[in-house]
Amino acid sequence: MISLNVNGKKYEVDVSDDVPLLWVLRDHLKLTGTKYSCGIGECGSCTVHIDGKSARSCTIPVKDVQGKKITTIEGLPETHPVKKAWVEEQVVQCGYCQPGVMMQVAGLLSESRNPDPEKIINAMDDVICRCGTHPRIKKGIRKAVQIMRREVKGS
Amino acid sequence: MNKPITRRSFLKVTGLTIAVSMTPHGYKLVNASEQKGASSFKPNLWFEITPDNKITISVGNSEMGQGVRTALPMIIADELEADWKQLKIVQGPAADPFKNPVIGAQVTVASASVRGFYEPLRKAGAAGRAVLIKAAAETWKVPEGECTALKGAVTHKKSNRTLSYGQLCLKAAALELPKNPPLKKEEQFRYMGKSMPRVDIPDKVSGKAIFGLDVNVPDMLYGAIARPPAYGAKHISFDQNAAEAVKGVRKVVPTPNGIAVIAESITAAWNGRDALKVQWDKGSHPDMSTESIEKAYAGDLDKPGAVVVNKGDAKKAIEDAPKKVEATYFVPFVAHATMEPMNCTAYVQSDRCDIWVPTQGQTGTLMTASKLTGLAPDKVHVHTTLIGCGLGRRARVDFVIDAVTASKAVGKPVKVVWTREEDLKYDAYRAATCQRIQAGLHPTGRIGGVSHKVACTSILKFTNPAAIRNGIDIYSLWGIFDWPYTPGYPLVFNHTNYDFPNWHLEQVLSDLPIPAAPWRSVQNAPNAFVMECFMDELAHAAGKDPVEFRLEHLGNNMRAKRVLQTAAEKAGWGKAMPKGKGRGIAQHACFGSYVAQVADVSVNEKDGKIKVDRIVVAVDCGPVINPDPIIAQMEGGAIESLSTALKEQIEFANGGVKSSNFDDYRILSMSEIPEFEVHIVKSKEKIGGIGEVGVPPTAPAVANAVFNATGARIRRLPMTPETVLAAMKKT
Repeated sequence: MISLNVNGKKYEVDVSDDVPLLWVLRDHLKLTGTKYSCGIGECGSCTVHIDGKSARSCTIPVKDVQGKKITTIEGLPETHPVKKAWVEEQVVQCGYCQPGVMMQVAGLLSESRNPDPEKIINAMDDVICRCGTHPRIKKGIRKAVQIMRREVKGS
Repeated sequence: MNKPITRRSFLKVTGLTIAVSMTPHGYKLVNASEQKGASSFKPNLWFEITPDNKITISVGNSEMGQGVRTALPMIIADELEADWKQLKIVQGPAADPFKNPVIGAQVTVASASVRGFYEPLRKAGAAGRAVLIKAAAETWKVPEGECTALKGAVTHKKSNRTLSYGQLCLKAAALELPKNPPLKKEEQFRYMGKSMPRVDIPDKVSGKAIFGLDVNVPDMLYGAIARPPAYGAKHISFDQNAAEAVKGVRKVVPTPNGIAVIAESITAAWNGRDALKVQWDKGSHPDMSTESIEKAYAGDLDKPGAVVVNKGDAKKAIEDAPKKVEATYFVPFVAHATMEPMNCTAYVQSDRCDIWVPTQGQTGTLMTASKLTGLAPDKVHVHTTLIGCGLGRRARVDFVIDAVTASKAVGKPVKVVWTREEDLKYDAYRAATCQRIQAGLHPTGRIGGVSHKVACTSILKFTNPAAIRNGIDIYSLWGIFDWPYTPGYPLVFNHTNYDFPNWHLEQVLSDLPIPAAPWRSVQNAPNAFVMECFMDELAHAAGKDPVEFRLEHLGNNMRAKRVLQTAAEKAGWGKAMPKGKGRGIAQHACFGSYVAQVADVSVNEKDGKIKVDRIVVAVDCGPVINPDPIIAQMEGGAIESLSTALKEQIEFANGGVKSSNFDDYRILSMSEIPEFEVHIVKSKEKIGGIGEVGVPPTAPAVANAVFNATGARIRRLPMTPETVLAAMKKT
């Protein structure tokens, strides 16, 4: 049995300990927001947060994340600035890569509240989107930064 | 007693004269007799109004990010004069009314969704509005002319009375729909022409959206398929016992596409597949490689081809011209590489078959499943999920065959999942092509004649071989030449915008076994690369400005001229560029829309790296339904095209595909994305497509910009640093 803490909930999963976290999330916990696309950590569609840091769940054996705090797209609050910005800027096309993209952006913004363009490009450069939403991902990040600023002012 | 309206009379009603001859199944706008004792007003499969004042709109097209699930409801809701807030938008089943009138099948391809449904949905919505007004007028016993529909309700101003569509729907259901409902005028549009937020976005952002790979059916098993490593390879042996001994594996099943391992989890299925240790023979072309393929294409140019066009005397016109230009181009195979790998879930039972699938082609899915199961088509239920990128790949049915065969063998629901490696290796690619083109220029700078030979892979050979006519594959020629309209042939006209006085066009179809399929714009993109790069070469040879030269050869094609001029003007065409930078232009029309792009590039002359700084797009698609997704499609189309222009090429070795995943098949990434400007050129012309039309001009605009920056002509894709350096050496 593997014990997992996902989106603040505890799970016990009967699964071989070398199965990638991605498939445990998707097929055992039915958290299908995290996507499979390459399986080798190249594209970022499977990005989740492990103890607050972006990580690619397709290459992480599930045994390595026992006792750690895992957050998936479903666990990112609906009021999160990135989710709000993504709807406002209509970033998404097919949407398949976007949960991973949004988790990558949320990870970036938790480290740096106002990343400069170079930092944004560095953080997003190994994320693949086939629809070509990149210009809007950039817009979405700028919007999320604005929303975060407004929230700080408002609080 | 209301008379049921037959298909023929409906088509007469709607005045869709094109649809009459095109559509094998037509539409049923209304059958009032079916509405007797109705619990809702459902004049057709497209929308239904219920007494709770909700309007459910069913979209039969596949949503893959292009926004069809928003655009088609906008058309209905506008003419119906519905309130956007009262709509519930759902995915429709596989059914005849969802067959696209310009194609004759339920399939989301050829940028045809809005083109095909614009008129029928407007008429259906308007007929609904008219009958709801009539229902109100009859209720109040006032003239219809005194009643107005406004945002989901009908009002009689004189008496200050209002009834909602929900209150009117049952009465409306008993009335006959008008034969000639008045359509709104453009200035009356409530939704069309204004950017409406896409209805599929909120669930995609929350993570709740269900794509094909996310489907979960109770009692479902998983399937993985061992596929041959080379074209034509057959298995010699495999260890079924070893696979079935793997924990979680239920069964090993041969399928038309390979050997399926069916298991309780996808990881167990993959472990089982590894345990099969399949031995394959060498296949039909064991020596085939990237290099041999390119050689074969170049060799095809020396074979006699099928004559497609022989207008005037191109040979003489070229011989007589004082200036001759000749160039040979090559575009390799590229993959669809959709982010969601191919997959399908099927449950075959004795009396029904259910398929949950991210498909672009419901009709094809239905017919394939019906054939494989022996069940009548009405026993097959196609549940179309959201699609993680389509690009044409998902109009195929190979993944449907996998899942239906597997489920039939085990009597349980089975989800077959392709790995990324399978997705890249067993794709049907954008057809590679090698083309030689010659032209003669008059002293005035006008083109006297063009002789053009196209060697390419046949797309129709793998999709619809019966449509190859006299050795000519029209799909592979799109963007250069198209048949004039003929019945039974999809209503597109993808012909070059240029009119050459003397023109010879030949086509040679490759005999290599590599399958090709439509890839976002079909062959318009590779062919536009050739045509627009060559036009640039001719402009240079004629000593003319590339914009001016194109305008001189676009005749009366005002739409092409207008987008070209708009893109040039907005981009600041004509201003000198700093050293190391260049500006290039290209225009192309396909699927009824016109697009021009200007690319600004920086070229590093030492390492040959191209950085595209900015792309300015001008598009004329006729009437605009939802502007923001049009801008998104222009950006996305150009970016995807740029990815193929700079990076993508499928590699082959030992008779099969060598490329395997995103580590060796690279896709454009954030640091390589240019700035964008998109200008929608408004026109009142016939409505055109959007999903694919932004793709073709990008590669030639970039190549022409590289010439502008360096003086080097790039005549092959992708424009890798090595290709650029090699071209620069020649100058």
